[in-house]
Amino acid sequence: MQELRFALKSTIPIFFTYLFIGIAFGILTVDAGYGVLLSVASAFFIFAGSMQLVMIPMMTSGASLATLALMTFFINARHIFYGISFVERFRKMGWRGVYMILTLTDETYSVLCSIQYEPGLDENRATFYIALLNHLYWIFGCLVGACVGRLLPFDMTGIDFSATAFFLVVVINQWRQYRTKLPFLTAATCALGYYLLLGKDYFLIPTLLTCLLALLALRKPIEAKEGRENA
Amino acid sequence: MPETLYSIAAIAVVALVTWSLRATPFILFGSRPLPDLMRYLGKALPPAIMTVLVIYCLRNVSFAHFPFGIPEIAACTLVALLHIVKKNMYLSIIAGTVCYMVLVRVL
Repeated sequence: MQELRFALKSTIPIFFTYLFIGIAFGILTVDAGYGVLLSVASAFFIFAGSMQLVMIPMMTSGASLATLALMTFFINARHIFYGISFVERFRKMGWRGVYMILTLTDETYSVLCSIQYEPGLDENRATFYIALLNHLYWIFGCLVGACVGRLLPFDMTGIDFSATAFFLVVVINQWRQYRTKLPFLTAATCALGYYLLLGKDYFLIPTLLTCLLALLALRKPIEAKEGRENA
Repeated sequence: MPETLYSIAAIAVVALVTWSLRATPFILFGSRPLPDLMRYLGKALPPAIMTVLVIYCLRNVSFAHFPFGIPEIAACTLVALLHIVKKNMYLSIIAGTVCYMVLVRVL
């Protein structure tokens, strides 16, 4: 099980992130008066941390299903952009590819973005295990939080920074891999600009859309640096 | 029991919208040969998206109020420096997270 070992190694940082946020979600769910089953079912079917955390208070206030749908669209719209890089890879994976598509979270995406497969590895199998392990970590976290969250004797405040640290590590790895720095600079400029202009709650989607348009406009210089068959 | 029904419906709606968003690129380009433009975007988008995600993670930091984002700035600097020098993902993430957890308690 060389592939499983590789997947475990690649997802250790996600384990801690998901365990903590999952526990936070489990506690929130039980405190709101819902059972363990709701916590685990959300983790299994939805598998989207920030939306699950928003969903619980919306449910207690009796939000309509249409409102829930709209909120989900705005919070998770960024996921539209994730699949673009994996259309060909997942297509070759059969039923595993369908699972990959439906479980493509921020964290799984970032693992796959910076992955360096070891030689001799069945890459499709390793990719699948990465998504599966992340999903299991998340379900486990939500289960633990709902069952014993309030009994945990230690205060884990701040451990969710591991997600930020992980994303930052991925960016540094990409910075080394990419000869062109234009995508990084475009993204940083757009994000900071929209953050100042629109505030912290509304800058994400305009930023991603503008990045998409800017990268389309910058195709010539970027391909000139990266080479076309790679680009 | 209507409340159970509402819970099931809520999870179903949130899950279906999330799945549809994740599946959008595959529904649009799934069965045809991938256009060159999409192949280009598949390569050019990830560094942009990851950069945006880092900033998105830090969106709740307040530089105007105590502790002025010091835990985040210090921890991110430590992660970046360690990773540039040592190139060890686990070391960078663990050291950065521990640094952050200590600072939010001390400050």
